[in-house]
Amino acid sequence: MSRPKTAPLAWLLFGIAFVYLLLPLVAMLWASLTTPRGVTADAYVAVFSTPGFAEALLFSVRSGLITIVITTLLVVPTAYWVNLRMPRLRAVMEFFTLVPLVIPPILLTFGLIRFFNGTPLTNTGDGLYVLLIGGYVVISFPFFYRAIDAGLQAINLRVLTEAAQSLGAGWTTILFRVIFPNMLVAILNGSFITFAIVLGEFTISSLLSQPAFSPYMLDLSYREADQATALSIISFGFTWLIIVVISIVGSRRAGGARQIISR
Amino acid sequence: MATTTTTNPPLATAGMASFRRSFSFDWVGLLPFTAFVTVFLLLPAWAIVYRGLTDGGGAFTLSNVLNLGNPTILQAYRSTVLVSVITAVSGGVIGGGLAWAITVGRIPDWIRNAVLSFSGVAANFAGLPLVFAFIALLGRVGLLNQLLRPTGMVIDPQTFLYGFWGLCIVYTYFQIPLMVLIMVPALDGLRREWREAAENLGATRAQYWRYVGVPILMPAILGAVALLFANAFSTYVTASALLGPIGQTFAITIVVANQFNTDTFGDPGLGYALALSMIAVIVVTVMIYTYSRSRAERWLRRAE
Repeated sequence: MSRPKTAPLAWLLFGIAFVYLLLPLVAMLWASLTTPRGVTADAYVAVFSTPGFAEALLFSVRSGLITIVITTLLVVPTAYWVNLRMPRLRAVMEFFTLVPLVIPPILLTFGLIRFFNGTPLTNTGDGLYVLLIGGYVVISFPFFYRAIDAGLQAINLRVLTEAAQSLGAGWTTILFRVIFPNMLVAILNGSFITFAIVLGEFTISSLLSQPAFSPYMLDLSYREADQATALSIISFGFTWLIIVVISIVGSRRAGGARQIISR
Repeated sequence: MATTTTTNPPLATAGMASFRRSFSFDWVGLLPFTAFVTVFLLLPAWAIVYRGLTDGGGAFTLSNVLNLGNPTILQAYRSTVLVSVITAVSGGVIGGGLAWAITVGRIPDWIRNAVLSFSGVAANFAGLPLVFAFIALLGRVGLLNQLLRPTGMVIDPQTFLYGFWGLCIVYTYFQIPLMVLIMVPALDGLRREWREAAENLGATRAQYWRYVGVPILMPAILGAVALLFANAFSTYVTASALLGPIGQTFAITIVVANQFNTDTFGDPGLGYALALSMIAVIVVTVMIYTYSRSRAERWLRRAE
């Protein structure tokens, strides 16, 4: 019963999904390259110098980095603690990492606005920015938590912690000099996903009137449809590239690490 | 930090800790996370629930909820649920097929890796870029209509893009990769021994799937479909980017957004009742998912 060859049915099913997933991308690429004047890549060049592009991109990049820092500091110690001391809470955490995935950001945003109505958080520009980052953390921490949780499962936390403790390390030292370095790949993994989410996020930023990248893209699509399409392709390709790089780096690092500290 | 070790006994002495477990201060470590979730997730949700069930003055009332019987809202709900069910099934079938192909179907490894990383991107490929892509494909001057021009056929975007079927076609795009991401671990968890055991007992391939494979995978499949349903149900940007103002008829999220933004129905409590009803639908779906998952894990837990 050894069938090293691929089943024909597998190729068929793969083919169907392949066509469905690739056709729209091909169409988008085609649309961005054809103009009334013929085939040209002008849109890909012009998009970078269009007024507003750099500001919107910078705003989202900065917000993404802030979100990553906060999420890391929030999630890594929590996931470590739950895995080490309160494993029974893993199911509860699982639930909390699921809820933000399925609660529409639009409800989250209106809930935030409603709850903080009349406080400086909704009255001032800085306050709205705090709400924006809070919202970003909420929608990205599920992905982050899962990446970290998987990473923690792969190493022997107890042994690492006890070894550090027997050498006289306190909790801060353990977290920042033992756990964080060991979780580097998982943190990178979570960070890139977070970055991609923040860059593509539309609902929260537009409802809080923040000058983020996605609202800019909508605006651009009214003025320069070709450029907006080109920008979509660039961001899709960019995100995929990042994920491929993570998976390559991740599998290398994990392979090396497994030999040193396996379960 | 060395001095703190005395207050943090090494975990090797944890045996003694069972005696002290009831006085444990372990939960202190969860405070930052709990505080964050409370402020940015639970309290906003509570604000919605509270306002949905009270009048402007804070007195309990069901009138907001009863006003959901409005024909526009019912129509939007019917359409949203239908789109969610249809795309959970279409995405589930195509995505499930793809997941099967790259696991049990033994597609070469490099394709499997490409599909997995692509799925990570495509599952989050929603909103404006996705709508641009489908307009480029199915729009009036889109790629398909350009290709069909010699034949004289025309795919009418009013039918297939800017309406109910458009939502189904576009949502399916991000449902497929989500299904792949959920089902691949489950399919990888099918043990080779089970198949061999079935074959040794004389089962055909069809019998193996009918009596072993599918029953074991069933909870995982149900859970995945529940998650796909919730995913489509919650979609807002994609629907509003595709349909614009007429989206009100097709997606409940657009009704909510309009109501909160401009008080379309002239009833300030109604938006919260709408939001409350959506939360209820999602909570039920998540419970189905969680239950299915716990059933699925019983069989599919990775080998220790």
